[in-house]
Amino acid sequence: MPLSKPTEIPRVPLERETQVVHKPHPHDSARLHVRGMAPYIDDLREPQGMLHLAVGGATAAAGRLVSLDLAAVRAAPGVVAVLSAVDIPGANDIAPAFKDEPLFAFDEILYHGQPLFAVAATERDAARRAAKLARIEIAATPPALSVEDALATGARVLPDYEFGRGDVEAALAAAPHRLEGKFAIGGQEHFYLEGQVSSASPGEGREMNVQASTQDPTEVQHIVARILGIPDAFVNVETRRMGGGFGGKESQACAWAAMAALAAHVTGAPCKIRLDRDDDFILTGKRHAFRDDWRVGFDADGRVSVYEVALNANCGCSADLSPGVVDRAMFHASNCYYLPVARIASRRLKTNIVSATAFRGFGGPQGMIGIERAMEAVARDTGRDALDVRLANLYRPGADQTPYNMKVEDCATLPAILADLAASSDYRARREAVRAFNASSPILKKGLALTPVQFGISFTLIHLNQAGALVHVYSDGSIQLNHGGAEMGQGLFTKVAQVVAEEFGVPLDFVRITATNTAKVPNASPTAASSGTDINGMAARIAAGEVRARMAEFAAQGWGLPLAEIEFREGRVFGGNASMSFGELAKACRLNRVGLSAAGYYKTPDISWDRAHVKGKPFFYFAYGACCAEVAIDTLTGESRVLGADILHDVGSSLNPAIDMGQVEGAFIQGMGWVTTEELVWDGKGRLTTHAPATYKIPVASDTPARFNTRLYLRPNATESLYRSKAVGEPPFMHGIAVFCALLDAVHACAPRGHADLASPATPEAILNAIASLR
Amino acid sequence: MTDRPARAEISFRFRGRDVSLKGFPPDRMLLDWLREEAGARGTKEGCAEGDCGACTVVLCRERGRWASYEPVNACILMLGQIDGAELLTVEDLAQGENLHPVQQALVDFHGSQCGFCTPGVVMSLFAHYHDFGDAASRESVNAALAGNLCRCTGYRPIVEAALSVIDGRPSDRFDEDEPQRVAALQALPSGDLFVGDQTSFFAAPATEGSLVALYEAHPDAVLLGGATDVGLWVTKRLQRLRKIIWLGRIAAFNMNLSDGDGVRLGAGSSLQAALGHLASIHSDLLVIMSRFGSWQVRVSGTVGGNIANGSPIGDLAPALIALESRVELRKGGVSREMPLEAFFLGYGKQDRRSSEYVRSLYVPRPRPHQAYRAYKVSKRFDEDISAVMGAFRLDLDGRRVTAARVAYGGMAATPKRAAACEAALIGASLDDPATWEAAKAAIAADFTPLSDMRASAAYRLTVAAQLVTRALTEISGAAVPTRLGELRAAE
Repeated sequence: MPLSKPTEIPRVPLERETQVVHKPHPHDSARLHVRGMAPYIDDLREPQGMLHLAVGGATAAAGRLVSLDLAAVRAAPGVVAVLSAVDIPGANDIAPAFKDEPLFAFDEILYHGQPLFAVAATERDAARRAAKLARIEIAATPPALSVEDALATGARVLPDYEFGRGDVEAALAAAPHRLEGKFAIGGQEHFYLEGQVSSASPGEGREMNVQASTQDPTEVQHIVARILGIPDAFVNVETRRMGGGFGGKESQACAWAAMAALAAHVTGAPCKIRLDRDDDFILTGKRHAFRDDWRVGFDADGRVSVYEVALNANCGCSADLSPGVVDRAMFHASNCYYLPVARIASRRLKTNIVSATAFRGFGGPQGMIGIERAMEAVARDTGRDALDVRLANLYRPGADQTPYNMKVEDCATLPAILADLAASSDYRARREAVRAFNASSPILKKGLALTPVQFGISFTLIHLNQAGALVHVYSDGSIQLNHGGAEMGQGLFTKVAQVVAEEFGVPLDFVRITATNTAKVPNASPTAASSGTDINGMAARIAAGEVRARMAEFAAQGWGLPLAEIEFREGRVFGGNASMSFGELAKACRLNRVGLSAAGYYKTPDISWDRAHVKGKPFFYFAYGACCAEVAIDTLTGESRVLGADILHDVGSSLNPAIDMGQVEGAFIQGMGWVTTEELVWDGKGRLTTHAPATYKIPVASDTPARFNTRLYLRPNATESLYRSKAVGEPPFMHGIAVFCALLDAVHACAPRGHADLASPATPEAILNAIASLR
Repeated sequence: MTDRPARAEISFRFRGRDVSLKGFPPDRMLLDWLREEAGARGTKEGCAEGDCGACTVVLCRERGRWASYEPVNACILMLGQIDGAELLTVEDLAQGENLHPVQQALVDFHGSQCGFCTPGVVMSLFAHYHDFGDAASRESVNAALAGNLCRCTGYRPIVEAALSVIDGRPSDRFDEDEPQRVAALQALPSGDLFVGDQTSFFAAPATEGSLVALYEAHPDAVLLGGATDVGLWVTKRLQRLRKIIWLGRIAAFNMNLSDGDGVRLGAGSSLQAALGHLASIHSDLLVIMSRFGSWQVRVSGTVGGNIANGSPIGDLAPALIALESRVELRKGGVSREMPLEAFFLGYGKQDRRSSEYVRSLYVPRPRPHQAYRAYKVSKRFDEDISAVMGAFRLDLDGRRVTAARVAYGGMAATPKRAAACEAALIGASLDDPATWEAAKAAIAADFTPLSDMRASAAYRLTVAAQLVTRALTEISGAAVPTRLGELRAAE
């Protein structure tokens, strides 16, 4: 049987050999995953008397709540308590910052399905049935749902913001060629396989112990405390693992934990809420839909002199994380291109849909796809190859200022990646092959694109760039590790454990990874912005380094050797001719009163951002990459297939090339889904009609292109990051943009001239419409 | 009813033992039983509607001397439906720390990230390992995984892991002790099953005679094929089903017969079992059936259920209406037959009388002078419901069309023939695309489709017409590529 050779995990080239880091260790839970023995919150054995919650929601998308009659809900079998706004002892506020979203609506209705109450019952099924019995009266008003609706109403969740340089109108007037367009970009449902879930158990006094499937246990702690009206110190939040997060369990995990805690507070019983998949779709935020209104001026060679974009972001009903999301869209609106004159404007539009939120890339994709789409248009207009147009506009020494006034220090990595990928993907020859195919194929058309990614690493909210970790060495030499980052499948725990094992020179299995817990490491930042490993790994390295230094000092004294001669490797400690096992040294340290535990703290150096004055250096460094995608479309039906994807992605000196390969490939497929099959549809009443996998289509195995070559670009990070590695969670998501550009290229193959209006996601219908727009 | 009293408990094998259960609500779902009663929480709930596969378990059934390994979605399978089977879950595969080959391969290939889909993936790959042996290919793995959504990995490592363990015929401990396990399954009690009382029951008649008697006595009962649709009435609409008659234990119902003229499909035949028979009629039916739901849905879902449900977009109906298929209905031992299209009266409404049931479906093969094509158009290639489904059977006299049967799904409240299009096709020349235009234009007279989340009405009308072009282009033998699935990336 013809089986192609399996993909190989590359070796990380190193100047100095390491023991644990830079190696392809499997995910720490892999052996548990495959046996069904890695417990998620709903798998934990319920304590006696646990109650189960279900949510009742608004039956209109906008208006005022006139009456809420819960008598029938209370009377339903199994119901123990019904909770609404009046039952909240603290503040009815789950918003991260702007106090604009309540846990339970009580007056203004923000979106269809918005929680009005929750039912606690002895069984989940009983709660779900009871929740349907409420009599809800809403004085409904017509909802605003789309970008266009919001532009008409003028409603914003936050003020408009822009930056740029130069006189855009003058530059456009002076440009030899001009193009413009309005580009509709759809949102995206996270579709983490494990839906939102949380449980809460009352402790002594006013304590509340919460298990939450969240990327941000600290924020869950804040919200639970706020809802209950108790100090943060009374709330413990623990997260061992999530069945996927992707940004959807950052702010969006808070409401459910808060409901569980409220119910536990009111009933005195442990309470759990696990959303049904449909409710999860309807009640939790998604990637922002955007409309990028762009104008570009350029010369006959495709060199851009001016780019303007208005990023119209559909933020939904509240601000949530939109301040950061839309700012990041702005930061990445220029991607990797130097724009002599630029205006990057943004509008944070308020609509009556569930509040849009974080999703892998955090606005970056919606900004980046705009300029990549414009690059395709410039290429179409000038007749030059789109890759050549891109190459002509890259940042280069002397043309290295971003529109937000940060200097791009590394102008060499991306051109090297593009050259490497253009060669390895055989881009030029395949361009010719695609052209030849299209010349002889009237019904099916192929398209090709090679697009770059330059993604800034750091939270642009500067204070979030900090992390803590806790490392204990026990007297048998085993090590317990805890830090503020949360594991959602990305391999964070594995990588940080590798760092700690490397510090102590012990095999990886000496390090016991423990659940993220607000009682162990406080005030953590969300595990987001691709930064989890960078900052938590640094904090853990600092903590481990501190303990190791104490142990080394003790060993040096005992052996009468200079400190520099003490070496930790292979589970042993060496000095001169002497050596002992790591466990023996740990035991000796304990007997001699040497502290074996330390808390580590790290803050990212050298970053700043003054938003008001558009000044500073918001990013510690950039991660780069490129993708070459080949697609085919059916011009009769608009159906499409991704035939090939070649990716080269910059991960620095990867901490774990196996995990990084998984991040790059998985992110690409998710990005491909975003621009192809994943379509969110709301009906005129503001009801989400794509609220389950029957109607919302994420990629399946057969969507993974038959030609799929992923390579890691493994040069050390020029910035002094953790073992010179680079963050990898989000940047490769934007390789999906290559698929969109290739689809546009295929549509353009249907006519010799003209610009097609292709919306994203490029569903069969969108592609057929785009073909029609050409003719 | 047979003379023997009906069994009052379901019987199945679980964790190496015989298990008998009664006293469960008729609409109890297998997944809920596993997680809430059996304490087996390795199997996950991802969607509770049979679309994500996180809850995949394997039902092992004896087929003569052999065992079959069929992946099913436990979230929408009624507990009673595991009667007579061995239930295998993710916890059954490893022996202590010794992982099953598919589990070990998933670890070695870094095939899990968040791990939540993994138990379901493991079980689908376990079934694939037993089902395909050395016939495995990237395509067979993709097909086996079409019903298992993974949001983390992008699938590449999972597919490579699945292929890496294929080395000749399977050799795991399930293969080793298969004879004993088959014997244990054969030893399970059989015969009519009736769990519950006259007001609330889960019943599984063993013969058609028993079915007739039971359905006459309880015309208000729900007839259950595979539960791939009825299951959602429970998990999503929160309906309570008090009386369930499951058809899965009537051997005669599962029978599919092929001969030179056509294929007779038993109403109880799984879609998977029907696949081979339909594929023998035309290769397009293989493609359509392979994209039908997922492997999990096809091994559970039945031909009769798909027809009897009367979905406006059911893929089977339009494909078979174009072939002039007939449906057999039976009530009280008396059968009647009608053209399949006549069975569908309106949205959710079929020509089925009280206590009458769909018994079989007859599908004639196209004759030598007839050309056939069927197309499914959906947002996603695999495991998606069609926006438009179109099927064409053209009678040809040389290069001229002399008669046409054209049927569509997704265009009306029922699967429906395109009468005006059919009429306009008569006389069309395969060599002259200008003669196709009238048939394409006629689509707008035949249909007034709806807009929904799958597609707009305008798109549906356009595509329905364009499928006429595709069919005629292909039938004309024109040397232009028309199938995306046959394209490869440029080398």
